[in-house]
Formats: sequence, C-alpha cells, structure tokens
Amino acid sequence: MTLLKTLPHHTPLRTRPWAATVIICAGLFLIVIGIGASIVTGVANITFGTVWNSIVAYDAQNDHHVIIRELRMPRALAGALVGAAFAVAGAIMQGMTRNPIADTGLLGINAGAGFVLVLVFAFVPWLPFKYIILFSFIGAGLGALLVYGIAFMSRGGLSPLKLVLAGAVVGSLITGLSQALTLLFQINYDLAFWTAGGISTAEWFQVSVMLPWIVGGLLVAMLISRSITILSLGEDVAAGLGQRTGLIKGIGTFVVMILAGASVSTVGGVGFIGLIIPHLARFLVGVDYRWIIPCSAILGGALVVYADMGAKLIALPYETPLGSIIAVIGVPFFLYLARKERRELS
Amino acid sequence: MNPHLFAQARRKRSIRLIMLFALLLMIGFIISLNTGRYSIAPYEIWQTLIGEGSKKQNIVLFDLRLPRMIIAVLMGAGLAVSGAVLQGISRNGLSDPGILGINSGAGLAVLLFVSFYPTAQVAPPFFMPFLALIGAGVTAAIIYMLSYKKGHGISPTRLLLTGIAVGAGFSSASIILTLQLNPRNLEFVVTWQMGSLWGSNWEFVLALLPWIVILLPIVYWKARVLNMLSLNEQLASSLGVSINKERLILITAAVGLAASSVAIGGGIGFVGLLGPHIARRLVGPQHQYMLPITAGVGALLVLAGDTIGRSLMEHTEVPAGVVISLLGGPYFIYLLMRSGR
Repeated sequence: MTLLKTLPHHTPLRTRPWAATVIICAGLFLIVIGIGASIVTGVANITFGTVWNSIVAYDAQNDHHVIIRELRMPRALAGALVGAAFAVAGAIMQGMTRNPIADTGLLGINAGAGFVLVLVFAFVPWLPFKYIILFSFIGAGLGALLVYGIAFMSRGGLSPLKLVLAGAVVGSLITGLSQALTLLFQINYDLAFWTAGGISTAEWFQVSVMLPWIVGGLLVAMLISRSITILSLGEDVAAGLGQRTGLIKGIGTFVVMILAGASVSTVGGVGFIGLIIPHLARFLVGVDYRWIIPCSAILGGALVVYADMGAKLIALPYETPLGSIIAVIGVPFFLYLARKERRELS
Repeated sequence: MNPHLFAQARRKRSIRLIMLFALLLMIGFIISLNTGRYSIAPYEIWQTLIGEGSKKQNIVLFDLRLPRMIIAVLMGAGLAVSGAVLQGISRNGLSDPGILGINSGAGLAVLLFVSFYPTAQVAPPFFMPFLALIGAGVTAAIIYMLSYKKGHGISPTRLLLTGIAVGAGFSSASIILTLQLNPRNLEFVVTWQMGSLWGSNWEFVLALLPWIVILLPIVYWKARVLNMLSLNEQLASSLGVSINKERLILITAAVGLAASSVAIGGGIGFVGLLGPHIARRLVGPQHQYMLPITAGVGALLVLAGDTIGRSLMEHTEVPAGVVISLLGGPYFIYLLMRSGR
C-alpha cells in the first residue's frame, strides 16, 4: 500500500502479524494461568486439591467448594471479560477519533453509565440485573454523546485536549450528581466500593448476563476492525477509499457503549485500561486494527485478571479497589502521553 | 477616546462595580441568613444582631448560619482569585485549581491525616490549612515539573493534561483511603469532599480568615506583574520583571488561597474558573480592576450555592460544591466550545 507509506503517523506504518499471533497465544495462556491462580488465591486458605475437587466433584455443603464456585470463579472470569471490553472500547475510540488520549474512563463514558446506575439503585432497586445492564448502556451512551457532542460542536474541531477536558468536566459533573443522589437516598456505603471499581462482588448471574453482550461487542468490533484502520488514517482518506464513515462511526460508538456499559454495570468505573492497552498493542503489532483489536482484548483481559489478583492480595484480608491499582500504571502512562510532542496533542 | 480617558473610565466603572458587588453581597447575606429550616424574618435578624433575639434565634444565627456564610464568602473569594492568578500565569482561560488537580492534592493531605489519626475525628481546624497547603504545594510542584520541558517552557496544553492526570491519580489514592475509614468518618469525608459547608463554626472562620486576609492583598499588590506575565513572558522580562521570582510568589499565593479554602470548606470546583471569567467580562483583563471583582463574584457564587443547596430539599441539604458544579460545569463547557484549538 503506497498510500499508507506516504501518510504521516507517529508509529511506523507496519503490521506484524507474527507478533500478534505470538501475543494472542501467549496472552491466552497467561489469562488461563491467571484465572487459575486467581481461583486458588484469596482470603480463605484453600488447597489446590480442594479447588480441583470443587470442579470435578462439587459438594454444595462444603464451604470451600462454594467459595470457589460461587465467588472466585465468576470473579476471575468477569475480570478477563471486562478487561477485554474496556481495552477494545478504548482501541475503537482511539482509532475512530485519531486521538491518542481516548479511554472510556477519561471521556466520561464510565461516569455516564455509573450515573444511570445510581438512578436505578435509587428509584428501582428491585430491577433484575438483565434490565439494569440495559440502563447502563443508555448511561454510557449519554456520556459519550455529551463529550463528543461538546467536542464536535466546538470551534476549531475536536482536538485531543478538548476531548479530555470535556471528558474531565462531564465526568466530574456527573460524578457530583451521582454523589449528591447517593447522599440523598442514603445508598452511599453500598456504592462506595462500586464507584471505586472492583470485581469482588461479581457473581454468576452478572457474568451470564454480561457475557453475551461483551462477546457480541467484541465480535462486531472485529468485523469493523478493517474499517477502523482506514478511519484511523483520517476521515478524508477513508471517504476517498469509499468508506461509509458515518455508518462505521455509528457502529463503533454503539459497540463502545455496549462494551463500556456492560463492564461498568458489573465492576464499576475502572479507567485507564482503554488508554494503556491499545497503545501497548499498537506498539507491539503495528497500526492495523485487525490485529490491534484482538490483541487489546487479550492483553486487557490479562491485565485485569492479574490486577484483580493484586486487589485481592495486596492488603489481605481487605480488598484494594481495582481502579486504584490500575491507576498506578495508568496515571504515569497518561503523564507520558501528555509529555509527548505537543503537535500530536493540541 | 484618548487612552488616558479610557483608563479613567475603566477605573470608574470598576469602582462602581465593586460597590455594586458589595451591595449584592449584603443582600445575599440577608437572604442567606433568612433561609434554612428555621426561618427568621429580616426584622428578627436585626433584633437578634443587636442582641434582643430569643435564645433559639441566637443559636441559629450566631452559631450556625453566620460562621457558615462568612466561610462561604471567604473561600469563594479565595478560590476565585486563585483561579485568576493561575489563568494569568498559565495564559490559559481554562485553568482552575480544581481542574489542575491542586484541590485534590489539598484534599488528599487532609484525608491522609484523617485516616492515620482516626481518633482525632476531625483535625483541629487551625492545623487543616497547613496540611492542605503541603498537599497542594507538593501537587503544584509535581505538575509544574512534569509539564516543564527544557527549551519549551510550559505549554498550557501540557499543563492542563498533566493536571488532569495528576488529579486522576490523587483521586484514586483518596478512594483507597476513603474505603478504609469507618462509616462515620466516611460520611464526614464524603460530604467534605463535595464541598459542603455543613458544620462550620467560628473556629473554622478564624482558621481561614488570616490566609485570605494576607494572601488577597499580596495578589492584588502584584496585579501589574500579573498583567505583564499574562501577556508575554519575554515582554515581561524585557520590562524588568524577574519572571521566575514573581511567578513563584504568585503561584505560592494561589496555591495557599486554594489550599486553605479547600481545607476548610471542601472541594468546591469551578469557582476559580467562573469568577475570573465573569470579572473579565465586566471590567476587562487588567488585573488591578479585575481581581476585586473576581473576589466578589467568587464570594457571591459560593454564598448563593450554599444558600440554594440549603433550601432545595426539606430534610437534607445539597452540598454547595454540587450546586456550583451544576452551574459551573456547563459554563466551562461553553468556554471550551468557544475556545480555539
């Protein structure tokens, strides 16, 4: 593709399918190991033999078996799922908007989903989870609509700085509202951990509701990955190559909404996954989103599985919020991006 | 019109506006004294003020409402002027101690204290601004260093992005700390973070007053330096301003104002953004005219926000910080949309 070579971009315009294959295989292996390790470790000291027994010969009377089956397994699985979802949502946003600083947490999408969830908890707490998740989608969509709406309508177009500022303000606005609501309805303590981000409360019913949405979202993301690569070269280029940019952007935004909404409804607003992972993937496999998206999913899943193990183990027997653990990596990375050439950001 | 006359007209205009704001503040004060669960009519307020009120009126007025309102006015002025200084120095109209992460640094320091000395329950008020100042100062230094690039100086873009990043880091650190608090302290911290002036007393007023009374005149005294710095650094240095020294003084003052306000009143955002902008609209960008108006707008904003928050709900109150961010957020967005790249 001679066209690709003439276009300026900060990463070399090469793709490395072999690297991607290695990452996907190694990543899957890591995730499986991580899930296994996550199931074996925890507050209750459970031997490996018991874990094995709880899988092959489940005994509902045995407390340890119940812990393994009902707490640790869904938790580990949910970690892998939301990690993949947040990472791919970030990758899609970065590709579609050509904005290096895009993440569902930074751009107010998580906050939007969280706000609608607070509303649900305040007014219809009896609602079953499979409907709650739908509200979470709506909330994520509202957040995205607000931030992108602001950025699109503003003079001078949508620069990354503007997007981030709009995201920060919309985020703080919505979070303030949510906090006020939690105070008013006295649901503060229940939601404290949830707003901090944590998978410790994930249960099978949540995983089973979330799973089809996330898997579906990831599949659609794969389907449009080629178009996202072309979009990431610039809207004019994409239109010139016969892309229906509006349609792709619409589908992309919808996928982001589903992925972020489903994840937030289970683990709360965990940020920075969608910022770090796509950059890492792009660095490793090049600029083709057909590879970036699956690699992001795998790497994101691995990151969250291991970070959640950290959340469990760092301050035994207390849980450390997952969001804070990921922020330990995410904030320096954000700072690094902010320090990079000014040309790219403003 | 010749420039001299123009300046004179502007001075007259700003003096008139300052008087107008003093009047508005007084009216706001009276309205705010009136509102609350226990309403007191204006003439009863007067009676109570001259010492002829009932016991209940005395308590409500002197122990509950008056200190709270004075704090609202003080911290409003402090935050707004802090924002004006930061906007001037960074030459970026979107700077604000909240957005730059300085407020969250101050908050984190206070939170650290509360979580390591939970038995102290609420830190002694005189001590809080110092704690907050350390937190805010460290934060400002971190942000400044991280956004400084050799040969390029500080670009407004990088400053804002760094501020947002550092702020995000600090808020996740405070989440960890918050979760380890016991429920009673948790409620205190959460309410305080949202900028509720609930529970203010005269001790708080005395703890905040010296900071504002000392730092506001210092900033005002540097108004002309601020004018030059906000225009162009090279120009300022060729006019004989020693940039680094002046900038350090001004940043310290801005950080001190923000930190002491946050320590006493909690994280009220957007005041530092709205105050200077409204003032600039009214009297133009020259700091000697604009700073007093900024202080007035800020004071009025927080007072109004607190009064509205107190009267919105029957059984509970909405923190002033939330009320103000509901007003300030959209305004910020409006500014963002109008600003160029």
